Amino acid sequence: MCAEVEETLKRIQTHKGVIGTIVVNAEGIPIRTTLDNSTTVQYAGLLHQLTMKARSTVRDIDPQNDLTFLRIRSKKHEIMVAPDKEYMLIVIQNPSE
Amino acid sequence: MPVTHKTLVKSKQGSNAQSQQKPLAAKTAKVVSKKKDEDDGTEIGEGGDEWMHGKTLIKPPDQLDLTEAELKEEFTRILTANNPHAPQNIVRYSFKERSYKPISSVDQLAVHFFLEGNLLHRDSDEARRQKAKQGLPDEKATVVTETEDEKLETPLQAAGGEEAGDVEEGGGEDGAHSVDSKTGKKEQKLTNQFNFSERASQTLNNPLRERGCQTEPPPRASFSATANQWEIYDVYLEEMQKQEKNKEKAKAVPKKEDDKGKKKLTLVETQSDDLTKVAKVAKIIERMVNQNTFDDIAQDFRYFEDASDEFREQEGTLLPLWKFQYDQAKRLSVTALCWNQSYKDLFAVGLGSYDFTKQGRGMLVFYSLKNSTYPEYNYPTTSGILCLDIHPDRPYLVAVGFYDGCVAVYNLKEERPEPVYKSSSKSGKHTDPVWQVRWQKDDMDNHQNFFSVSSDGRVVSWTLVKSELVFTDIIKLSLVGAVSEGPEGVPPPTMACGTSFDFHKQINYLFLVGTEEGKIHKCSKAYSSQFLETYDAHNMAVDAVKWNQFHPKVFISCSSDWTVKIWDHTIRTPVFIFDLNAAVGDVAWSPYSSTVFAAVTADGKVHVFDLGINKYEAICQQPVVAKKKTKLTHIEFNPVYPIIIVGDDRGYVTSLKLSPNLRSKPKWGRKKLDIQFSGIHYYPPSFLFLRKTG
Repeated sequence: MCAEVEETLKRIQTHKGVIGTIVVNAEGIPIRTTLDNSTTVQYAGLLHQLTMKARSTVRDIDPQNDLTFLRIRSKKHEIMVAPDKEYMLIVIQNPSE
Repeated sequence: MPVTHKTLVKSKQGSNAQSQQKPLAAKTAKVVSKKKDEDDGTEIGEGGDEWMHGKTLIKPPDQLDLTEAELKEEFTRILTANNPHAPQNIVRYSFKERSYKPISSVDQLAVHFFLEGNLLHRDSDEARRQKAKQGLPDEKATVVTETEDEKLETPLQAAGGEEAGDVEEGGGEDGAHSVDSKTGKKEQKLTNQFNFSERASQTLNNPLRERGCQTEPPPRASFSATANQWEIYDVYLEEMQKQEKNKEKAKAVPKKEDDKGKKKLTLVETQSDDLTKVAKVAKIIERMVNQNTFDDIAQDFRYFEDASDEFREQEGTLLPLWKFQYDQAKRLSVTALCWNQSYKDLFAVGLGSYDFTKQGRGMLVFYSLKNSTYPEYNYPTTSGILCLDIHPDRPYLVAVGFYDGCVAVYNLKEERPEPVYKSSSKSGKHTDPVWQVRWQKDDMDNHQNFFSVSSDGRVVSWTLVKSELVFTDIIKLSLVGAVSEGPEGVPPPTMACGTSFDFHKQINYLFLVGTEEGKIHKCSKAYSSQFLETYDAHNMAVDAVKWNQFHPKVFISCSSDWTVKIWDHTIRTPVFIFDLNAAVGDVAWSPYSSTVFAAVTADGKVHVFDLGINKYEAICQQPVVAKKKTKLTHIEFNPVYPIIIVGDDRGYVTSLKLSPNLRSKPKWGRKKLDIQFSGIHYYPPSFLFLRKTG
């Protein structure tokens, strides 16, 4: 099971256009990353807050609903966040490549 | 009024002392300058001696020079009681006369010493107040003296009379009082100034030390939380789940041990920081990343409609969408395709080999349209897969037929890579490759069952009973018609080889079997030895036979003899024949129209026919693979979306979108369709063979 997940993460990382991946735990601390430390910490902190806010919004409207994923598309690249109860996965991809 | 003592120091002595101080001071200065080493204590004495001798007079340098006459002059000094320090000319401002006026009399009293005492006059207020405070002891004091006398007397009288006891008692009582009064008396110390001396002593005061102790402060942690609507909802949900679990536990007692074991497992998992929980999230992310990469394809899939179809009246096109390939399946060819009925984006691919000489491993792979780079599930198998079918009601059950004659059932919900059920040589596996499997409706015992057809001529029904596959031979395909005997008189093989079959959509017991000899048999589940009908279909093996999903009488068959034939099962000759110029690998009816079907050929082309539009030609013929040498092996329509998947012998699966012209639904009713079909019957058979597509 763990190996499969490792493989999936590896595939994501080597996918076309993917700049970096970060795995963040429930407290907002990055546990696995392919980017450098300062960038990772920055992304993790900021996106964690944003995801919490987004999830709170979704659930406030309907408590039976839950956030599946969040995409932020900017000029340069796209940040994709998939939150979970315990972990959160952040992927930065350049879709136009 | 306090009485003050004033000690008057005689001023006479003072003035004398003052007049004599100057020369004395001068002389003492001299003495000091002369004899520095001697003590100061003896100074006065020595100074006095010097003054007694007084003969050597040394003039201080700042002394007044006076003549002898002036020196002999006598000055009278008068002692007065005037205060020399008192001012003599005090002037006060008088407001009456508006001028300063001198005060006539000046107070000459000089106070040299002042000391306040602590005696009070007994009649003064203060004294009375103090008396009031000590009032009782004062009164008792007088009583005490009397009782003391009595006490002294009573011990003498004690031996004498009876009253002694009373007296004693009285004395005791009084004694008690006296004790009190004595203590009270003691408080009121009478001190006189003559022979009273108070001695006080102080005990050694230990140096003060401060000792403190502090307990360890309780550990503190700051806690903050929010209470939103959804958080409250979550808590309620958890409570409910707990309650349900408790109910279940109460019911299932022997399962407790299992739960404990599972609990231990879960504990271990949570301790380690492993990524198994990231699995779901990782999957979502992978799909998102793929969506980004293949964004245009996804958009096409959803929204693209070929506008040029309006100009082409009858023709349509196929738009290539995703291409699915798996690294480990490169050398295998796609031998089976099946869409999942419940999850419309999931499809299964069976991989194996059609080459009879090269038989190796196989693979069962599931893909989702959402992720075209990696399969959702994959199961490697030892033998090549030839066919598969997904259960229509239970989308996690997959029946698979192998080249080595086994059939197996996989359960996608389970983690293990082996099948849940597998037939073995004991349990009636086929002796030849299994060409087709089909799920059936659950039997009366609610067991799932499926049918398989194989080259060994048997159509077998398999039932999933608990953990086993139970087989029942439904029918044995026998060769119809006599075959010439073998060279040595060996009786010829009487079994036909079934290569495909299909069950009627509405009539459950009716099914068709295609054989290697090119015949199609219409069979019923009820009759195990006889066919209901036989059709001489093809010259080569029947690769696929499929009932029409709407029309109850029509079915289609295809073969490697380059033809696709459409039949009405009541008529023994085909209704339509299409020659496709290459071996036809597979044919499939569309789920949205009764007149549309598609076929794939070995030259890499997909042919789409719509009998409602064009009865003689395909409305779309399109090569879909890059290399012309790849043979297309299977084709399937998606039940919901207007796409088809095509498998080839290189292990690739290509998805294509049907253009609008290919998707036209039949506008006429069923009756007309019958007329369409029935009208054809009147064409002479020769005419049919003249038609060519291309």
